Amino acid sequence: MSGEQKAESRTLLTPFNLIAGIILIAGLIVTVIRFTKGLSSVTNLSDYNPWGIWIGFDLMVGVALAAGGYVTSAAVYLFGMKKFHSAVRPAILTGFLGYFFVVVALNYDLGQPWRLPYPFIVGWGTTSLLFEVGLCVALYLTVLFLEFSPAALEWLGYSKTRKLAGRLTIVLTIFGVVLSTLHQSSLGALFLIAPSKLHPLWYSPYLPVYFFVSSIVAGLSMVILEGTLSHKFFHHSMDKTYLGEHDPLTLGFGRAAALVLAGYFTIKMVGLAAGNHWDLLTTPYGLWYLVEVIGFVLIPCLLYTVGVRDRNLTLIRFTSVLAVAGIILNRLNVSVIAFNWHLPFSERYVPSFQEVVITVFMVTLIILSFRFIVTRMPIFHEHPDYKDSH
Amino acid sequence: MAISRRRFLTWIGAAGAGLSTVNTAQASTLTQFKGHPEGLGVLHDTTRCVGCRKCEEACNTVNDLPKPDRAFQDMSVLENKRRTTTKAFTVVNSYPVGSQDQPVFRKIQCNHCLEPACASACFVRAFKKRADGAVVYDPSVCVGCRYCMVACPFEIPTYEYDNPLTPKVLKCTFCAPRIEKGLLPGCVESCPKEALTFGKRNDLITLARKRIARHPDRYIDHIYGETEMGGTSWLGLAGVAFKDLGMREDLGTTPAPALTSGALSVVPMVVGLWPVFLAGMYGMTVRREKIAAEETRSEIAQAVKETQTLADEKMAKALEKAQAEKRTALEKAEKEKEQALKDAMESFKKENEPGEEE
Amino acid sequence: MDIFYTLQDYLLHSESIVYIIMGLSLPGILMFWLFLTGRDNEDLK
Repeated sequence: MSGEQKAESRTLLTPFNLIAGIILIAGLIVTVIRFTKGLSSVTNLSDYNPWGIWIGFDLMVGVALAAGGYVTSAAVYLFGMKKFHSAVRPAILTGFLGYFFVVVALNYDLGQPWRLPYPFIVGWGTTSLLFEVGLCVALYLTVLFLEFSPAALEWLGYSKTRKLAGRLTIVLTIFGVVLSTLHQSSLGALFLIAPSKLHPLWYSPYLPVYFFVSSIVAGLSMVILEGTLSHKFFHHSMDKTYLGEHDPLTLGFGRAAALVLAGYFTIKMVGLAAGNHWDLLTTPYGLWYLVEVIGFVLIPCLLYTVGVRDRNLTLIRFTSVLAVAGIILNRLNVSVIAFNWHLPFSERYVPSFQEVVITVFMVTLIILSFRFIVTRMPIFHEHPDYKDSH
Repeated sequence: MAISRRRFLTWIGAAGAGLSTVNTAQASTLTQFKGHPEGLGVLHDTTRCVGCRKCEEACNTVNDLPKPDRAFQDMSVLENKRRTTTKAFTVVNSYPVGSQDQPVFRKIQCNHCLEPACASACFVRAFKKRADGAVVYDPSVCVGCRYCMVACPFEIPTYEYDNPLTPKVLKCTFCAPRIEKGLLPGCVESCPKEALTFGKRNDLITLARKRIARHPDRYIDHIYGETEMGGTSWLGLAGVAFKDLGMREDLGTTPAPALTSGALSVVPMVVGLWPVFLAGMYGMTVRREKIAAEETRSEIAQAVKETQTLADEKMAKALEKAQAEKRTALEKAEKEKEQALKDAMESFKKENEPGEEE
Repeated sequence: MDIFYTLQDYLLHSESIVYIIMGLSLPGILMFWLFLTGRDNEDLK
């Protein structure tokens, strides 16, 4: 491949690499401080605010945005959208990297990260939704690793193991969807135990359903967005199949996202009615709620719809950014912004600079790993030896 | 197959007996869980509290906590709205309340819920509600996720954020080690005004009701903690609205485990039925593809057949045409031949005729 | 069997059993699926 050679022979001093390098160094410094001086040395966490952006963004948003893996593999393998087959590998890869770095980031936040397996070894706190989340994420990370393994095995040239991995595709896909359904929804259900702390406009018995349905939106929109970005930066490692399927995929996933967003908006309104919180809409939090539900749910839904009807791919791509921003906003609202809303401002949580550094550090690591892998392994193109193996 | 009615009834009876044993032993379906019957508790009567901070000092001593930033004799700290910290498992705050000259003091510590939210939320079972009423914490299994702190409606658990290697969640233990030895909790023992009464929770509720009944002008008719979040082992009495003492009145009576049990109950349904649904979707996809493939195949076969027939017909026609042409050509040739013969004969006859005449 | 005095203890007990059932069901579903579809390929040949 000529593209690979070109990428490697290029100078390392690109602006992107420079910025990435600075972030990596800053991240490593904060990492050292965090693990030698404790959480208080780098975070603004307090007894009132035990969870900050390392949970609110790195975990909550990270898991939601990594939903592309299960959404795409389910669409292609289970629901018969074979024409989008070339999108599966990039989606699985981003899913795997997303979850992997969610777990990495979690180790920063936990007080004693080396005890991470304790829930399954000594604990079995089965009444905790966090137990459910932990179990599912651990299992799903394994499933994603196995789903991703064909690409790595092709790259390494282990054809026998590759064959075995290929035969497991359907079972793995089904397990992936089951596990994703469970932990995506359970992340929302985590907050069911704190009705006295989460603002009533966000607290709802439907929280798990909201989190699951919006994770589908996140997955679909992320696949569109990643496709657009990858197109720009990794065009040289894409084969004809991928390039040919890209536009229909954008259109198809845009249509699906419009549909799911319509359903999501409906159940959001149902929750509002069920809680009878209409009067709260005129409060400042109410306006903020309307910004989320109208600006980042209803409007993306309409824009996707227009984009699909007009076959306007640019509009669909733009809308995917808006929809992803909406998911980020929602997860942050539930876990940080509308959480502890009853406290005076002096007791509220605002992330520290170092917390932001670690979050940016994690995002950078994901991007760098993604770049490392797609320029080497058969992700955007099919391996010549395995053209008909799926 | 002849099962007598008598035997059938015996079976039913046996099943019924089995069920009833389960009911007496377990009684889960429609039972309200009322907590450990012998559970202990403390009644905090805020109308008796004078804000002397003796309980804070005792708590500090019995729990071997670090020296406070400001001495326990310094009463000015009461003005600030303090909360429990890693250095203080209990604090007393003063609340200036409306018309009264004296502020009202209120002690804050773990309320030792009957259905602790921290225990429900903990994924390693580090928290446990003991039969004696204490909610205790086991630091040897704690991972440090701090979900207990998210879950606690009273915002009690605190965390050693500055400890890099072995951070623990800290909170009032109800002086569990002292209770085991038959001693009173440190704070109760040190209270000079009997604002804190230690005893069985059930007895404390009776006592509190009596006080309210005897002094209806002195007390609000509510025992804080009797039903809040399913009830707590620590109970409170006040002469002013509890919300004026920084105690939330909007917590509801639903115990914490009940808030999440619904969502938890959906989990096994997803595990059981999602694979069925998804395998069904996959099966339909495979079938649709198979039918589509078969249709394509038969369409091709049909097309091939049609082409073949058409070709055959054409061939036959061509052959027929060729044969017809051949026949006409032959016929023509025959005719021409006959004609030629005829002509020859006639000319021969003509040539010979005069000679015959001669 | 112990008497459960708190909802928490009861849920801890029942949910643990539910988790064991779920744990068994995942390989169970897999084997059931393989058994169910075990002869499907014979039709094709």
